[in-house]
Amino acid sequence: MHKLLLSTSVGAFALLSFGAANADELVTLQKDPKQWALPTGDYANTRYSSLKQINTENVGKLAPAWTFSTGVLRGHEGAPLVVGDVMYLHTPFPNIVYALDLNDSGKILWKYEPKQDPSVVPVMCCDTVNRGLAYGDGKIFLAQADTTLVALDAKTGKLVWSVKNGDPSKGQTSTAAPHVFKDKVFVGIAGGEFGVRGHITAYDVKDGKEVWRGYSMGPDADTLIDPDKTTHLGKPVGKDSGISTWEGEQWKTGGGTTWGWYSYDPELNLIYYGSGNPSTWNPKQRPGDNRWSMTIWARDLDTGKVKWLYQMTPHDEWDYDGINEMILADQDMGAGVKRKTLVHFDRNGFAYTLDRVTGELLVAEKYDPAVNWATKVDMDKNSPTYGRPQVVAKYSTDKNGEDTNTQGVCPAALGSKDEQPASFNPDTGLFYVPTNHVCMDYEPFRVSYTAGQPYVGATLEMFPAGRVLGDKTDNTGNFIAWDARAGKIVWSDKEQFSVWSGTVTTAGGLAFYGTLEGYLKAVDLKTGKELYKFKTPSGIIGNVITYEHAGKQYVAVLSGVGGWAGIGLAAGLSKSNEGLGAVGNYASLSNYTALGGVLTVFALPN
Amino acid sequence: MRLSLTGALALGVIVSVGAVAHAEAPGDPKAVKSVDGKYFDAKGDPTYNVQPDGTVDFYTFSGYRRYHSECHVCHGPNAEGSTYAPALKDSVKRFNYQEFAGIVIGGRENKTAGNESVMPSFAENKNAMCYLDDIYIYLRARSTDAIGRGRPEKKEEKPAAFSEAEAKCMSAK
Repeated sequence: MHKLLLSTSVGAFALLSFGAANADELVTLQKDPKQWALPTGDYANTRYSSLKQINTENVGKLAPAWTFSTGVLRGHEGAPLVVGDVMYLHTPFPNIVYALDLNDSGKILWKYEPKQDPSVVPVMCCDTVNRGLAYGDGKIFLAQADTTLVALDAKTGKLVWSVKNGDPSKGQTSTAAPHVFKDKVFVGIAGGEFGVRGHITAYDVKDGKEVWRGYSMGPDADTLIDPDKTTHLGKPVGKDSGISTWEGEQWKTGGGTTWGWYSYDPELNLIYYGSGNPSTWNPKQRPGDNRWSMTIWARDLDTGKVKWLYQMTPHDEWDYDGINEMILADQDMGAGVKRKTLVHFDRNGFAYTLDRVTGELLVAEKYDPAVNWATKVDMDKNSPTYGRPQVVAKYSTDKNGEDTNTQGVCPAALGSKDEQPASFNPDTGLFYVPTNHVCMDYEPFRVSYTAGQPYVGATLEMFPAGRVLGDKTDNTGNFIAWDARAGKIVWSDKEQFSVWSGTVTTAGGLAFYGTLEGYLKAVDLKTGKELYKFKTPSGIIGNVITYEHAGKQYVAVLSGVGGWAGIGLAAGLSKSNEGLGAVGNYASLSNYTALGGVLTVFALPN
Repeated sequence: MRLSLTGALALGVIVSVGAVAHAEAPGDPKAVKSVDGKYFDAKGDPTYNVQPDGTVDFYTFSGYRRYHSECHVCHGPNAEGSTYAPALKDSVKRFNYQEFAGIVIGGRENKTAGNESVMPSFAENKNAMCYLDDIYIYLRARSTDAIGRGRPEKKEEKPAAFSEAEAKCMSAK
C-alpha cells in the first residue's frame, strides 16, 4: 500500500525475528488499504491511502451511504478503526465503544460502556474528548477519561485486562488514543493545565504489565535519559537535565504532558512523540528552559531509553504545546539523497523537518505567514543559540512580565495547528495540513498550585490573524499543502473557521478534511481546488478515514462540535469585527451548527 | 474544606453544599456604595462600577483575569458559554450572590440526555476562592453588558485593601 512502508520493508522483516505475532499482524494490516487498523493509519502517521476508486474525476458524485449516532453530545475527536468486517467506534465521556458490522449496515455487534466517576469531567481541560481506539493481539484498547487503560476482546467486547495509568483527583486524565506498536501498547497523560508531570508508558499487550514509563522532566532515572548518550542537536544532554533547567521543585508540577499522536519506525525501533506546555502558563513562575517540555522525543520501543530530543520552544511563554504528530517520511533532502526524516507541524507555527535517525535539524520554517513571536529558528550550527527560536522582545510575555497584557501574538495558544493530524502523500511528496489562523493577547499572572485544580496563570484573548496582519481578512483557518524539503507553502485554501479535523490523502488525487461548520470536503491534491462538500449533522473535529468493504471504497468521519474549538469559537472570538473594515462580518460558529455525535460514511452511488 | 469554610465565613455566606435551593433573585446590580474601592448594590452584594469613560473598578478587572484563568476553559471566553458549559453572564441573572458562591464552593452535577456536565468544587483552589467576589462582580458586569467582550481597557487604581486581602488569602495555609 504505502510507498513509504515499502521502503521500510527491511524493518518489517526484521520484526519477524522478534517473534511477536501481533507485530506481524499490524504490519500486514497497515499495508492493506482496505482496512484502517491504526488510529494513525500506519506506524509512520502518513494517513495516506492507496485506494483510488474515489478520485478527482468522480468525487463530485460522493454521497452518504449510512450514518450512526453515538448517543453522546460532546466533542467527537479521532476516527473509528476498520479491522476486517468490523468497525470499532469510540465516543467522548462516558467513552462507549461500539463494534459495528460492516456486512450489515453498521449493526451493533457489541457495546462496551465503562463506569467512570463523573468527577473526572471537570478536570478535563477542554471538553471530554477522546481520540480513539487501538487494535492489536485480537484486542481493542481504550484509554478512558479517568486514565484506565482497558483491553477488550475484539470479537466479544469482553474485558480482558485493565490498568490504571494515572490519578484524576490530581488532574491526570486521558484524551489521546492508545497506540499499539509491535508487542506493546503506549499511552500518555493529559493535564498540563493542572500541573501534571507528563509521561509515556508502555504496557504489554498480552496482560497489561507495565514495561517502562518515561517522564518528561525530573531526574534521569525518571526520564530514562542517558546523560552521555542521549543527544540534543548532536550533543549529549548532561546529567539530570530535567531538573537543572528548572528552578527549585517547579519540575514536579512541570507539565510536558503527552496527549498527541505517536509514530514508530520499526527499522530503527524508535517511537516518536511530542511533549506539551510547561506548567504554569505564567513563565515568570518557572525560570529556565523547562526541559523537556515542548520537545520532540525519540525513545527505544523496548526500553524507553531516549536516543535524541529536540526542544522546540525552550521556556514557553505562550502555551505552544509540542504534542502534534510526528510524520515519518523518507524524502530527498537535496543531492538526490533520500533521508529518513520526521516532519512536525508545531503549535508554535514552525514546521520542522529533522533527520529521525540522529535528531539533526534540517528545516524549520513558518507554515503560516502570520507567525510573529519569533523571527526564525537559528540554523547556524556554530551559533550559541543554534536550534533556538529567535524570540521577538515585544511578544515575549516573560520579558513584558506578570500583569502586563502582551498584545497581537501570532499564533494564539491553540497554535497554527493543534492535534488535528496532517497527511503525507508520497505521490506528490507534499504534506496536507489543517491549520488555524488566529492570534492573541496574553497576560500572565501569579497562581498557586493545588493538586487537581486548574493551574493556568494567564488570561488570553483570541481573534482572527487578519487583525494583526491588517490585511482585511477575517478567516481563522487555512488548509495548506506544504513542501517539507524546502519549508514552503505550495498552496493555501482559506477556511472561515479553524480547520480542526484530521486529514486523509489518497492515490485518487484527493485530500479529505472536515470543517467546524460541519462540511466534509474533498480537494484536489495538486491545486487545492474544492471538488466536493457535504454538510454533516454537526461541526467536524474528528479525523477523516477511508477504507474498502466488499469492493467499494468508503470515506468516514465523525461529526460533533466541541473540544477547544467549542470553547473559543462557539460564541465567536473577541474583537472579531475590529480593524477589519467593511469586510468584517465574522460570525460565531453557533450560527452554523449545534451539538451532535454522528458518524457519516460516504461512497459513490451504485 | 478548610478554605471553603474560611472563604464562606469571610463572605458571610451560608453554604448548603451541592443542593442549592432556589432563593431570592439577585437584585439590581447598580452600585449604591463603595468601601475601599469595592462596590456594593442596595442589598449589600458586591457589584461593578463603570464610569462614563469606560473605566471599570479594579475588582471587575481582577475578575476578568481570574475568570479567564479558572473558568473560561469550560464556560467560554467573556462568560458567553461553550458547547458544554453554560454562559455565566446569563446564569448570574438567575443565581444570587449566595447561590453563586455555594455552587463554586460545593460544585454540582447536571445530567441530561447524551450530556453529563459536572461543575467541580473550587473550595481548595485559592486562585478561585481568593477572587470569588471579583469573578462574581465581573460576571454581573457582563450580564448587563456594562462591559463588552474582552479586556477592560481602563481600570481604577488597585485599592490598598485589595492588595492586602489578596496577599493574606493567597498566603493562607
